[in-house]
Amino acid sequence: MMKNCEYQQIDPRALSVSPSSAQNHTEKKVQRSRRKWEVFPGKNRFFCDGRIILARQSGVLPLTLGLIVVTCGLFFAFDCPFLVEHLTVFIPVIGGVLCVFVLISLLRTSFTDPGILPRATPDEAADIEKQIDTSGSSTYRPPPRTKEILINQQVVKLKYCFTCKMFRPPRTSHCSLCDNCVERFDHHCPWVGNCVGKRNYRFFYSFIISLSFLTSFIFGCVITHITLRSQEGKNLVQAIQESPASVVELVICFFSIWSIMGLSGFHTYLVASNLTTNEDIKGSWSSKRCAEDSGNPYSYNSIITNCCATLCGPMPPSLIDRRGFLSFDEAIPAASEMELPRFAAKNDAHMCTQSTKDVLERVVHSFDFHGLCPPGTPKTTPLGLEVSSMAAPSTEHSPSAGCSGQHALQPVAAPCPPFSRSSKRRDSLHSINPAFRLASPSPPLSRTTWILDDATNMGFISLP
Amino acid sequence: MRAAAIGKTFTMAETHSLQDLQQPAVSSKVFVQRDYSSGTISKFQTKFPSELESRLDKQQFEETIQTLNNLYAEAEKLGAESYLEGCLACLTAYTIFLCMETHYEKVLKKIARYIKDQNEKIYAPRGLLLTDPIERGLRVVEITIFEDRSIGSGR
Repeated sequence: MMKNCEYQQIDPRALSVSPSSAQNHTEKKVQRSRRKWEVFPGKNRFFCDGRIILARQSGVLPLTLGLIVVTCGLFFAFDCPFLVEHLTVFIPVIGGVLCVFVLISLLRTSFTDPGILPRATPDEAADIEKQIDTSGSSTYRPPPRTKEILINQQVVKLKYCFTCKMFRPPRTSHCSLCDNCVERFDHHCPWVGNCVGKRNYRFFYSFIISLSFLTSFIFGCVITHITLRSQEGKNLVQAIQESPASVVELVICFFSIWSIMGLSGFHTYLVASNLTTNEDIKGSWSSKRCAEDSGNPYSYNSIITNCCATLCGPMPPSLIDRRGFLSFDEAIPAASEMELPRFAAKNDAHMCTQSTKDVLERVVHSFDFHGLCPPGTPKTTPLGLEVSSMAAPSTEHSPSAGCSGQHALQPVAAPCPPFSRSSKRRDSLHSINPAFRLASPSPPLSRTTWILDDATNMGFISLP
Repeated sequence: MRAAAIGKTFTMAETHSLQDLQQPAVSSKVFVQRDYSSGTISKFQTKFPSELESRLDKQQFEETIQTLNNLYAEAEKLGAESYLEGCLACLTAYTIFLCMETHYEKVLKKIARYIKDQNEKIYAPRGLLLTDPIERGLRVVEITIFEDRSIGSGR
């Protein structure tokens, strides 16, 4: 009997990843293994293979960068030499530190995921729809659905997002420019070319604060420079003619200071009262209670706590896994996205496969199963998976049953998210939502051919 | 060689039984929604879903969800440690996040281990599967219910 099944069966207990073979297979299948950012439904652009995320319209980010770089450049080139000579060497040092801080904060704000909520999986969406439809009529879909919940004894309405197919969590808003729901949505900033939300608000705040300091500093230095020059026996006009760049800087800084300082002040107020620009503009909390300072249910009622919570709180992880690999199912447009934590790239490859297989076994053992399978009994499988390199054409489906059986238990790949990212090369071939695969076996599955290879971890390799 | 044959026999048997699971094995999915009563912190409802009544104890389910809630609370806790981390990050212009793992990420790993552990010990033997909420954007705890394929009197 064993001779019939001459394929190299994987022993689920003895899994080990051999990275070289994994890599070879991955390279062969590179046209199939796509990363999740490539199929991201929102209007975002990705660079560096998903490491950097930006809104589709980068707005005036190049202008912002240009203004900052040009102004600082002119400052260092034309004003600093004079000021170093006449005042102190710390002037370019301070200017340099501020400039670097501003640029880093700006880039962090622009390139960080603001807190995008991944869209609901079809299963979830169906579940929510089911819950809503039970109360409404079946023929006509009612207008925007809302759900009322109590937060800290205050009634808050949660809106249903038709694009993302879920009830938006509190303080979440859908940005039409980026076509994403963003947590703790503040606003979409064109200067920064990205939404400002939960994850990048602190970067945005440090950007505008440091930019205020930088523009004030440069403004002050330039004024000092021109004043000092004009005091050396020359008049103002002559001083300006000697250093024309200073005028350019003056003009830029003058206009920037008003707007940036105003913005900084406004956001300081928002941080202190734990509000978002969105909520402030809509007047979500101010109209409700006149007697109290704020009817804001999220406020800690202490300025310091509010500041600390917003700016120094724990850094939440990105909920969209940009660099994870798609499973084969997800490459099909109708399928849902699976989100895996981004940081998991740091983990070992071995752990997921071993843990997945362990859980697999337990699921298997939870059901009764036969002892030895009688030899030569062709247990048919309707899945239509072909297994190449099968030595026994008579039991045509039983070997495939074996491997597709293992394959059918892919859902257990789900519970080890930090590890499954590491086996991302394999994950590209695994079904994350087997319900879809099993429900419609023929078209997607017939394209899948599996060979078992005991050298690789899961032993599933998709052949073209 | 005999040992190898037995090993193969065992896995063959396993796979033949696995093959029975190829028939749509996922019978349904239950979604445990978020509980926003305390604000925007990550917390899940402990209400026991009716679909799981036949498979699982209410107490076990509540314990799992409560532990998860506690773990998420630990991740999002505002305390000296998180403030220190935040201030340090600010001073280094947030470049420190490029080399250091945040407290939240550490706790997320802990949560993943816990879920795996729960699956192995409690849920998988009952034909259920917990999905880590992070894979669903921290919106729901998805519990997949597998069809009970207890096959006759075998074993």
